[in-house]
Amino acid sequence: MKSPIKRVWHWHFLTFVILFSLAASLWVATKKIDYTWRWNRIPQYFFYNAETLLHAPLDGQVLTIDAGGGTAKIVFQGEDGTQKIFKVDSESLRVDTGEDLFEGDTLGSTSEWKAGPLMTGLLMTLWLSAAASFIGLIIGLISGLCRVSNNLTLRSLSTFYVELIRGTPLLVQIFIFYFFLGTVLDIGRVVAGISALAIFAGAYVAEIIRAGIQSIPKGQTEAARSLGMTATQNMIYIVLPQAFKRVLPPLAGQFISLIKDSSLVSVIAITDLTKSGREVITSTFATFEIWFTVALLYLLLTSILSQLISWIERRLAISD
Amino acid sequence: MIKTRDLKKTFFGRGQTVYAVDGVSVNIKPAEVVVVIGPSGSGKSTFLRCLNGLETLTSGHILVDGVDLADRKTDLNKVRREVGMVFQQFNLFPHKKVIENIVLAQTIVRKRKHKDAEIKARMLLEKVGIAEKEQEYPSRLSGGQQQRVAIARALAMDPKIMLFDEPTSALDPEMVGEVLDVMKNLAREGMTMVVVTHEMGFAREVADRVLFMDQGKLVEEGTPEHFFTNPQEDRTKLFLKQVL
Repeated sequence: MKSPIKRVWHWHFLTFVILFSLAASLWVATKKIDYTWRWNRIPQYFFYNAETLLHAPLDGQVLTIDAGGGTAKIVFQGEDGTQKIFKVDSESLRVDTGEDLFEGDTLGSTSEWKAGPLMTGLLMTLWLSAAASFIGLIIGLISGLCRVSNNLTLRSLSTFYVELIRGTPLLVQIFIFYFFLGTVLDIGRVVAGISALAIFAGAYVAEIIRAGIQSIPKGQTEAARSLGMTATQNMIYIVLPQAFKRVLPPLAGQFISLIKDSSLVSVIAITDLTKSGREVITSTFATFEIWFTVALLYLLLTSILSQLISWIERRLAISD
Repeated sequence: MIKTRDLKKTFFGRGQTVYAVDGVSVNIKPAEVVVVIGPSGSGKSTFLRCLNGLETLTSGHILVDGVDLADRKTDLNKVRREVGMVFQQFNLFPHKKVIENIVLAQTIVRKRKHKDAEIKARMLLEKVGIAEKEQEYPSRLSGGQQQRVAIARALAMDPKIMLFDEPTSALDPEMVGEVLDVMKNLAREGMTMVVVTHEMGFAREVADRVLFMDQGKLVEEGTPEHFFTNPQEDRTKLFLKQVL
């Protein structure tokens, strides 16, 4: 008898064909508009080799040059008798031993790899999302607990917060944070951006946490209380650990959304990945390549996060 | 040990009022095993849950070791650690291993050292006959085993009274025996117990006193012999005719 699991390869093949033909038709379409692809120009916007020229600080003479390995060590003696040592890349060496130099003459250059705009933008996006996620999780946890509190004021306040934030567009919130709160409280644009994102995420996290807490059977609380645990101990040791496991999938979705939503802060001139992409386009006109690259980088960030969370999920599943 | 006076618990909902417990007064003495029976919806579970403050009273008084649960100044958590409870649905903590289920409350409520709590937990697991399962998660245990862990968990707090809320009702028939055996042993050791159950055999064999409740009221009480051979009230006779 044949196993029903086998013979799936032709379906994989079909999937591949469909995806391939989609990509091919896009490629054909771009051919028609006569667009020149310049993918080779993209890497330099991640990392580039920055060259720094070194100059003689004053009139003087080159005493010795030790050109071992990749770097050359130049011992330079000024007119006033002071000796200085310069290190330059061997290939860029412009002087010989014993050569007399005037102030400002080039000795050689050093080069180092520097992060380009796409890289710094990626790091900025990472920092914005990480900080906003962390703060958002804390805000969400606190207001989620308030949502299930017995205290009416705490309940009303957290409900008001959630409704207020969920009911207004994030873009408008970012503008309010930057133009209103930023001016009134005198906070920088990055702080304003992170706060707006964190408070936005917090409202959604609060609802996720509330749902998680309410999904834990009443019997768990009753068992904990019947053993003499206080309401707080019950929450910390019994309800929250179980709720956390259940809310991981929706939380993952929320944080993935947050990474993507962080692109909105480019409107208040924070140089995140999206803003860097736009800046690079103005100098390269490689519009298509850059936007594809930017999209791919967001995809990279979000898939790393999904993998991380599904790993945690698997770890927590051992008690099932 | 536990005294209730004119205990009343009323639920309001959907425009109707339910008198779940309606004026029950009992006096449970130390080392006594009291079995509460009655048709479903008669308020016996609610009555039991009132005894450790899981339900707030509408009126009346409950004195546990002289402390009034109806008094707002009473620290319920302090009372509850002296009153163990076993639930119909076991309510083990699914995210903790069997041994941690028993250790947790000992360390955070009784402030025992983790090591001492573990020794106590192992001793109790031995007593309920599942020492080999200490590193398992509750989901890997059968219903009967889970209920025995739940009993061990309650006993770990050194309670003065144990309350059992239909401890065998959610079990497969062949697992009822193992849980009842543990309870019989406890009764023999002189534990004060209040048991809500449908196990008439258990009531007959172990109970010092049987309470029969219907519609929130205590209809009849007496020794098992009196109760099963010579009931006085018509409602009791009808109930016994149906279940026996």
